[in-house]
Amino acid sequence: MKTDVKILTAHLDDPAWHTLAGYERHGGYNALRKALKMTPDEIKAEVKAANLRGRGGAGFPAGIKWGFLPKETTKPIYLVINADEGEPGTFKDRLIMERNPHSLIEGCLIACWALRANTTYIYIRGELFSSIQRIERAIAEARAKGYIGKNVLGTGWTCEIHAHPGAGAYICGEETALIESLEGKAGQPRNKPPFPAIQGLFDCPTIVNNVETIAYVPWIIENGGQTFASFGTERNGGLKIYGLSGHVKRPGLWELPMGTTFSYLVNELGGGMRGAKPMKGLIPGGSSCPPLLPNELDTPMDFDAVKKVGTMLGTGCATVFEEGVCTVRLGARIAKFYEHESCGQCTPCREGTGWLHRNIEKLERGERLEGGIQLLDSICGRILGNTICALGDAAAMPIQGFLKKFGDEWQRHIDLGRCPL
Amino acid sequence: MTLAFSQSARQRFDEIVARYPNRQAALLPVLHLAQQEFDHISPEVMQFVAEQLGVPPVKVQHVATFYTMYNKKPVGRFHVQVCTNIACHLTGGPEIFAHLKKKLGVANKGTTADDLFTLEEVECLAACGYSPAIQITDKKDRETPIFFRENLDSLPKVDALIDELRAKAKGGA
Ligand SMILES: Cc1cc2nc3c(=O)[nH]c(=O)nc-3n(C[C@H](O)[C@H](O)[C@H](O)COP(=O)(O)O)c2cc1C
Repeated sequence: MKTDVKILTAHLDDPAWHTLAGYERHGGYNALRKALKMTPDEIKAEVKAANLRGRGGAGFPAGIKWGFLPKETTKPIYLVINADEGEPGTFKDRLIMERNPHSLIEGCLIACWALRANTTYIYIRGELFSSIQRIERAIAEARAKGYIGKNVLGTGWTCEIHAHPGAGAYICGEETALIESLEGKAGQPRNKPPFPAIQGLFDCPTIVNNVETIAYVPWIIENGGQTFASFGTERNGGLKIYGLSGHVKRPGLWELPMGTTFSYLVNELGGGMRGAKPMKGLIPGGSSCPPLLPNELDTPMDFDAVKKVGTMLGTGCATVFEEGVCTVRLGARIAKFYEHESCGQCTPCREGTGWLHRNIEKLERGERLEGGIQLLDSICGRILGNTICALGDAAAMPIQGFLKKFGDEWQRHIDLGRCPL
Repeated sequence: MTLAFSQSARQRFDEIVARYPNRQAALLPVLHLAQQEFDHISPEVMQFVAEQLGVPPVKVQHVATFYTMYNKKPVGRFHVQVCTNIACHLTGGPEIFAHLKKKLGVANKGTTADDLFTLEEVECLAACGYSPAIQITDKKDRETPIFFRENLDSLPKVDALIDELRAKAKGGA
C-alpha cells in the first residue's frame, strides 16, 4: 500500500522535537499511557500483527523474538538496545537518537512492560558523541517527568533505562559481543545456543533489538499493528528509514513503506547520479551486502525480495557508485575494514580476513595472484559459515558478490598487471 | 603518584556503578571517565580503575587494549578523525586523510609536535549522507564534538578548518 504517513521522521521540521516538551507537543508518551492499561500479551500481539522485522540487519520478526523469553523465570529480564551503529554505509539510528530520542525511550518503556523487564541498557557506539548526549538528556528528562523510575506514571511499576557507551569495536554490534561488552569485557561473541532470550546479559533472559525496531513500537501501540503492517509488503510490515549515500545528487535519509524500490530511492528521492557518469553499482544495506547492478534496481526494498536477488537489505542504507570507480579498490577497503574489526577469536575469520585483504591489495597493485581470482573466492568459501558469529560471513559475502558481478574487471587486473582504471 | 578522582568525577563514578548489578559491568564507562580525568589510560590508571571496581588489573588491561577509544599514551588536544570507509572512500575521504597527513606532518595516529592535533583514519562515522565526514573532538570542550555535516568537498575547506582550530588554541579558548 502506498502511503504518505511518516512516523519516526514526522516532525523533523520541529527543531525542538528531540526535547521532552517538543515530543509531548506532538502526542509523545500517549502510547505509553495506553500500553500501561494493556496486558503484556496484548502488546505482544500488536507487535506480532505489525510484522515488525528487526532493523539491525537480519530482519528477524520482533514479535517472534519476544516470544522466545522463558514463560516462567525467577531471574530479572533485560531489554538491550543495539545502538552500536557501525556497519559501514549506515547512518539511520543516529538520526533517531539525535532528532527523535524520545521515541526510542518510549519504545523501551512499552517493550519493558510487554516483556516484564524492569531495566533497559542502550548500548551506544562510543564514537557517536552527539547521540550519547541526546539519549542521556532524553533519559534525564523522562526520569524527571516520572516516565522512568520507581513508580512509572503512578502505576507502582519500576522501569530504569541507562545509556551505556561503547569504546570503539565494530564487533560489539553483534548481539552476544554486545552483551559481553556490557558486562565489562572484551567484545568477543558467544556461541549460540543458548540464545540471549534464554541466557543473555548477566546470564539472565535478554531481548536485544535495534534502535529503529523499538522506536516504531509506540506508533504501533497507538495505531494498531495491522495498520502498521498494511503500509509494507506481505511479511515486511510498516515503514522503514532508508539511507542513500555515495555518488548521487541528493544523499540523505527517507522514511518509506517497506518494499519501495531501489530505483525510486535513487532516482526520485536521490535525484539520480551526481554527474555525467552512469551508475556502476549499488551496495544495498551496508558493506556486508553483495552489490547490485543498475539493472536490478526495480527490486523492492524488503528483506525477502532483496534476498531473492542474492543479496541482503541489511540496514537499508544504500551506497551508490558511478562508472570509473575501481571495484577492486572498493573491495579492498571493505576487506580492510573486516580485517581490522575481526575480534580474533575464530581462526577462519582472524586469518581469513587478513589473507583476503592482502590478496585484494595485491590484485589492485597488479601483482600476480597464486591461483588467480579463484583464490579470493576460495578464501571466502573457507570463512563462510565457519565462525561463531556472522562477522566472518559479513567479510566474505561482499567479496564474493563483487567477484560475481564485476569478475571481468577483477580478472583484467591480472591480465594487464595493473588497475585498468 | 597516587591517583584520585575529582569530586565531580567521584560523583559520576558512583552514579555509573549504581546502574549495574555488579561492578565489572561499569568498566567501559568508568574507563571513559578515567580518560577524561587523567588524559589517557596509563598502567597506573588501569591499576587505579581496577582498585576502584574491585576487578583484577589484568582484566582491566585486556579491556583497555581491546577497545580503540582508550588512549594508552598522551594524545593531542584536537582529535581529528577522518573517515575513509565506503561512502567517504567514494567521495574524497582518502584524499583528505592524505592531505592532512602532509599538512600536519604526522602519520596515522600521530600527534603534532605542539601537542595540538592527533590525526586518525577511522571507520564509518555513521554520517554517510554528509560524506566525506570528519569528526573532531576537543579535550577542553567535551560537550561539543565538531561534526561536519556539510560536504568537505575541497581541500581548502579542510585547511581552513585546521587553521580555525589553531587560532582557537592560540586565543586561549
Ligand atoms: C558483525 C555484526 C555487527 C552487527 N552490528 C549491528 C549494529 O551495529 N546494530 C544493530 O542493531 N545490529 C547489529 N548486528 C545485528 C545484531 O547481532 C542483532 O541481530 C540485532 O541487534 C537484533 O536487533 P533487531 O532484531 O531489532 O534487528 C550486527 C551483527 C553482526 C554479526
